[in-house]
Amino acid sequence: MKSTLTLGPVLFNWPAERWRDFYARIADEAPVDAVVVGEVVCSKRAPFLAPVMDEVIARLAAAGKEVWLASPILVGSDRERAAMRDLVESDLLPVEANDMGALALLEGRRHAVGPFINSYNEATLAWLAGRGAVAVSLPAELPAASVAVMAKTGAALGLSMEVQVFGRAPLAISARCYHARAHALHKDGCQFVCANDPDGMPVSTVDGQPFLSVNGTQTLSHGYLALAAEIDRLRAMGIRRFRLSPQDLDMVAVATAFRAVLDGARSGQDVMAELRGMTAVPLENGFFHNMAGAAYADAPAA
Amino acid sequence: MGPFELICPAGNPAALRAAVDAGADAVYLGFRDETNARNFPGLNFSRPELAEAIAYAHARSVQVFVAINTYPQAGNLAPWQRAVDDAARLKADAVILADLGLLAYAAKHHPDLRLHLSVQASAANAEAIRLYREAFGVRRVVLPRVLTVPEIARLNAEVDVETEVFVFGGLCPMAEGRCSLSSYATGLSPNKQGVCSPASHVRYEPRGEALASRLGGFTINVFGAGEPAGYPTLCKGRFVPGGGTSRDPAYLFEEPTSLNALALLPELKAAKVCALKIEGRQRGKAYIAAVVAAYRRALDAFAQGLPVPALDLEAMVEGGAQTTGAYTRAWR
Repeated sequence: MKSTLTLGPVLFNWPAERWRDFYARIADEAPVDAVVVGEVVCSKRAPFLAPVMDEVIARLAAAGKEVWLASPILVGSDRERAAMRDLVESDLLPVEANDMGALALLEGRRHAVGPFINSYNEATLAWLAGRGAVAVSLPAELPAASVAVMAKTGAALGLSMEVQVFGRAPLAISARCYHARAHALHKDGCQFVCANDPDGMPVSTVDGQPFLSVNGTQTLSHGYLALAAEIDRLRAMGIRRFRLSPQDLDMVAVATAFRAVLDGARSGQDVMAELRGMTAVPLENGFFHNMAGAAYADAPAA
Repeated sequence: MGPFELICPAGNPAALRAAVDAGADAVYLGFRDETNARNFPGLNFSRPELAEAIAYAHARSVQVFVAINTYPQAGNLAPWQRAVDDAARLKADAVILADLGLLAYAAKHHPDLRLHLSVQASAANAEAIRLYREAFGVRRVVLPRVLTVPEIARLNAEVDVETEVFVFGGLCPMAEGRCSLSSYATGLSPNKQGVCSPASHVRYEPRGEALASRLGGFTINVFGAGEPAGYPTLCKGRFVPGGGTSRDPAYLFEEPTSLNALALLPELKAAKVCALKIEGRQRGKAYIAAVVAAYRRALDAFAQGLPVPALDLEAMVEGGAQTTGAYTRAWR
């Protein structure tokens, strides 16, 4: 069965022109099948992308990409609720729900369940499938044993099951903006300091050890989650969708490399070596191997 | 609506009796396994202990809520389903759940069991809460600590579900149930194993006059001579924003501070909050007795329109510092 390579939403605060140009290049050059777009982290950033959103969607669709709109991760304030409602009610494109509120509004419509909804077991999958979900992207912290059960159950339920295979692992979301806090600002007067860090703000321990990455209200791993060497195993489990989360590096090259693994043209280990050459950021696969997420299992068992 | 309900934690039978005797309206607790989000060594209740706890509480007109609020492991649902079955069989007054599959199970197999939505489900908007109400018959939602009091008031105007909020104790700066920081550093997480920054992965290292606290492979804090050393809960550590050693370490996510929303009682009442919750199932019976008694006095005075007495709890809060957390907008 064919595997789908998905490009997840850009999580970082990129200027609108850069964001538009990024997707133009993805449309023209990246061998991805599906692209999820939208501002999922901070409702204050969304207005900057709005003027170029239609152009980006049209460009991706014209290139034959399956385009999804991502709903925000945390929806509490009035502004966040309004953004969520607008997104769902626009009814232009299928929506990937990242909060239970969006899922509520999508009942009876074809939709995907994003990685920010807690899908931890087969009973939850059955409930989600019963409400009209067609695809579920699993949380990054699930170990292989759980992924295997989820892939098998999901297939039986007719769900297309997805795992993130590249990019910083999302670890937490908050009402508080840590970018603003690090700059002694409040969220309401944040001056959009998160735009200074297009790949997230590095956070190290007191000892100077790289640890986390802050993206406004979101906290991510410092390392890039990378499961290129686990792709065969994921496929054998029944995983059919493979998600790349955009980082500040050549994502066309990343997509091309993962596509080659999916096509059987290159080994996962070969691609891991290429990724190491592209970035100084460490690669991590600990969650999948039931270790600390920050760990790397050097020779994954087949 | 009536006076606030006071919902109090118990990590063992002695703490439960202390909470009941000090004036709790309800006590929440968990089974001694990974089905609850305070799965710490030596804590929680066996089935016989729960039966005794419910008998003790019910004899004194106090309710018992059973938290089964981790996310069941794929391929191993039985411990969580059995926990719901046993809570129902032993006549718990409610179960506190987070997982969609487990909510569906409880609603189907125990239609008379009262369902509360755990804070770990992080339901922060009216649309989400209505879904839990319509799909599973959830009667009460414990709100995530991401909303301001005005947002809670607007939410309560839109939903036909009771709301419960945390007023005292430890404070997660992250949306609950949506945080993998602990498993990133240790492999063990609140959602999967019911633990955060587990003691099994904590080490303290002397560094000359200073003391470093470590979690897994990461230093969470370094305390100078004479500075009280706190437990290395990951989100309460000192880190260097910007990376490397570019700046001085800072409490990037949250200071070692405790939530205390006592000053907000009038606003929470006007916002139509039903129940107030004290955090701390990991705490001993002396702490529980003191905090519950103090909040009981405060709520009784408030209900009678009398001045609310100040809580003499400074010695009990983490680092001595208190905050009203996300309930006030400036926290963000």
